[in-house]
Amino acid sequence: MAAINSLYIVNKSGGLIYYKDYGSAGRMDTNDTLRVASLWHSMHAISQQLSPVSGCSGIELLQADTFDLHCFQSLTGTKFFAVCEPGTQQIESLLKFIYGLYTDYVLKNPFYEIEMPIRCELFDINLTQSVQKDRVALLGQ
Amino acid sequence: MQFFGGSEISPSPPAPTASGNNGHMLYVFNRNGICLLYREWNRPLHTLNAQQDHKLMFGLLFSLKSLTAKMDPTSSEKGNLGVPQLPGQGCSFHSFRTNTYKLSFMETPSGIKIILVTHPRTGDLRESLKYIYNLYVEYVVKNPLYTPGAPIRSELFNTTLDQYVRGIA
Repeated sequence: MAAINSLYIVNKSGGLIYYKDYGSAGRMDTNDTLRVASLWHSMHAISQQLSPVSGCSGIELLQADTFDLHCFQSLTGTKFFAVCEPGTQQIESLLKFIYGLYTDYVLKNPFYEIEMPIRCELFDINLTQSVQKDRVALLGQ
Repeated sequence: MQFFGGSEISPSPPAPTASGNNGHMLYVFNRNGICLLYREWNRPLHTLNAQQDHKLMFGLLFSLKSLTAKMDPTSSEKGNLGVPQLPGQGCSFHSFRTNTYKLSFMETPSGIKIILVTHPRTGDLRESLKYIYNLYVEYVVKNPLYTPGAPIRSELFNTTLDQYVRGIA
């Protein structure tokens, strides 16, 4: 059973540019994933407004009743977030690793248009490998 | 959704999860989104006026709840995004954490929402929120002069609450 249920990548304006499902009940359709991603983008921004002290950079971990949502925001505003089982450790380092894959296989691809949906075969392959096949070894890095 | 047992205050409140004065603020909303109580202990940054702040907080919780209900990976009957959920219906959440604060949230079966904002490294505060709900029941609901839905103005409740939050967070 996969510990990670789904992965989203949202660009800096709240548009979903990548979505991958790793087995959750009741798969969402494309419209729902787009809505959920932009809703998350707004909630992330509102949480910064409500901070009691300055320097808040948005939600990092949301603990729901049946899942945990980990979010990593890169310096350029691209958000990576993953839905996983409650209590899963080291998703943060996995998200940072995925950010590395994104810079290597997506941003360095000359045919990729920035802020547009990601359609890069090598990114898909490497992502699947790192998430599903060898999770333990990856997290050991 | 668990329903809380007897309404008497448990003799020993949950053990502290951290030391020091880490509580930032506390909100109590009723099910219509009216802010019944707002307490502030340590809040250097105010971005909005009080009323706007309460509205934004309630809106954030409402939207996060519809988000978690829709994202729930364990259920296949989720309905559409944004469908109003009754308290206890659908997948809710109990806390979120940013780099500067942690927000713990509890909703009771009657739709009372209790929100406690603390230091980001505080532990699980679910038991503490239940205890605060017990305080609310004892000091506010059982007060015959209190009109349901009106903002809480009870000196005794405020002092007890201040004392308790100072002890936990």
